[in-house]
Amino acid sequence: MIHTQIDERGYYGRFGGAYIPEMLQANVEELRVNYLQMLQDPAFKQEFDLLLKDYVGRPSPLYYADRLSKHYGARIYLKREDLNHTGAHKINNTIGQILLAERLGKKRIIAETGAGQHGVATATVCALKGLKCIVYMGEVDIERQAPNVARMRMLGAEVRPARSGSRTLKDATNEAIRDWINNPEDTHYIIGSVVGPHPYPDMVARFQSVISEETKWQLQEKLGRDYPDAIVACVGGGSNAAGAYYHYLNDERVRLIAVEAAGLGVNSGESAATSQLGTEGIIHGSRTLLMQTEDGQIVEPYSISAGLDYPGIGPLHAFLIDGKRAEAISVTDDEALAASLFVARQEGIIPALETAHAFAALDQMEYGPEDVIVICLSGRGDKDLAAFSAYLESEPLA
Amino acid sequence: MNRLSRLFSEKSRDILNVYFTAGYPALDSTVPVIRHLAAAGADLIEVGMPYSDPMADGETIQQSSMTALQNGMTLKVLFEQLSEARRHTDIPLVLMGYYNQVMQYGPERFVQAAAAAGVDGLILPDLPAYEFQRDFRALAEAADLQVSFLITPQTPDERIREIAASSSGFLYIVSSSSITGGSSEITDRQRAYFDRIAALDLPNPKLIGFGISDAATFRTACEYFSGAIIGSAFIRALKDQEDRVGEATEDFVKSILQPSYS
Repeated sequence: MIHTQIDERGYYGRFGGAYIPEMLQANVEELRVNYLQMLQDPAFKQEFDLLLKDYVGRPSPLYYADRLSKHYGARIYLKREDLNHTGAHKINNTIGQILLAERLGKKRIIAETGAGQHGVATATVCALKGLKCIVYMGEVDIERQAPNVARMRMLGAEVRPARSGSRTLKDATNEAIRDWINNPEDTHYIIGSVVGPHPYPDMVARFQSVISEETKWQLQEKLGRDYPDAIVACVGGGSNAAGAYYHYLNDERVRLIAVEAAGLGVNSGESAATSQLGTEGIIHGSRTLLMQTEDGQIVEPYSISAGLDYPGIGPLHAFLIDGKRAEAISVTDDEALAASLFVARQEGIIPALETAHAFAALDQMEYGPEDVIVICLSGRGDKDLAAFSAYLESEPLA
Repeated sequence: MNRLSRLFSEKSRDILNVYFTAGYPALDSTVPVIRHLAAAGADLIEVGMPYSDPMADGETIQQSSMTALQNGMTLKVLFEQLSEARRHTDIPLVLMGYYNQVMQYGPERFVQAAAAAGVDGLILPDLPAYEFQRDFRALAEAADLQVSFLITPQTPDERIREIAASSSGFLYIVSSSSITGGSSEITDRQRAYFDRIAALDLPNPKLIGFGISDAATFRTACEYFSGAIIGSAFIRALKDQEDRVGEATEDFVKSILQPSYS
């Protein structure tokens, strides 16, 4: 069994840590010394659980996908994070972090967002708690995720465009970090994934772990056994995967499948398949696998999916893949688009483009007819209708 | 003797440290910028290794870094340029960059290449103190490189003492909690912070950086510590000056130093 808990400095094996300038030290240290104690405080847990239940709508169903199961020849269950309030798993983490920010006395919340799901989830909890909210988003993503930009504004958040670099998630993250440096006292930075300096990867994984916590008892109820044979989840930074794996990390009966975005193809030069294209290095304060040049310059990734368009992965995933505990599969833009359509027509569920990558991985996996496969249906596809419409136009008329 | 040690033993006030991004505005600007900074009266030069994701830097330095990278700057080119500059000047040189650059080059190979190119010190803002102590300190010391650390208004006294004790280099006093290129006035709150650091009575030389942009802020900073670091303001002065880098450099240094002589 591999050791899947962080050490005292926030390392999973050799991945993780906190590679941050001194200007961030006080803020990060404040979180580090407080987060475990606060998370374990019964009053915190009670408020967190109640909000997840009555506000988010948890537990999210574990749905047996009959037609998909017949098509693929396996027993396929969908963990319906798309049914959460705001339409994705992201809100599990923002609820947790807003409660933490409140207890730390913070008045101002900042966040980065790629697909806009984390931005919407952050804007939502800020409205809920009456806190000022600023969301950094790459200019390119603002364009391709327009509905989510409108939702954030509707919720009272200010959306600030990141105009540097590739103008996507990486650059939005850089801008958010700068904002935090400039506002060292009253501001909490809600990072949306299991990335960033310690304690973020562990903290976000704990908030998302509700996904696998529910999966366990839901499988027990349905099948009389509390574990699947495989869990499939898409990985950008990797927060839905971290949550879907969390309570099975040390259960070697369960295969963990991490699905990355291959973009136009892993070797096309336009890809975000970090575990295949990446090498060890430091990104956004964490030692992990990332796409970079020989000189350590971070490479601009590409994926049609704004939520997977990130040149690194969370240190937990680097550790799991490096240690062969998780298997990485990569899926191209076209495969993901085709999977979106297929799932929509098989099950009546339009998945987010990010999630569609996880579905497309079924074509590359090996399994038997009795195998139980849980797919983390991390988000719904409403935000991606523009991309789907363009794809539908190219579809031959039947 | 390390050139930084010599500088601080010979001069204890009004030290002007100028930062610029290597390879900016043009790839071959590095050597003339260093030569003209030295000629015009800078005491110390901080050479920025351009990085794609400079977390501790503001927009001005990020833009200059992107230009430098587009110009073709790499560590290999930089070390060649520094060796060339070293043939012309004895001014202390400090390399500033991010730890991923060092990690990819190989920490041991990096310190050796830097020392061979005539570098005297390093600033790696995102290198954690524990990793410095465990892995990097011995390498830097063996190459006679002094590593400087940053201190901010939020750094507790106890941590300042630890940092000061572990670092042979000067302390980089971040003037305020802002990224580089920020406002130019020194506030009462900053003065109180400088007084707090002065009261710790640390042996290390101290230079103030961030927000120092002109003669007035430079003079004020020098009232508190050994000197100050100017970065973004100089980068702005170099913008679009690739054809007259030497002149622009000397004009800038004069604009900082000459008012204090009048």
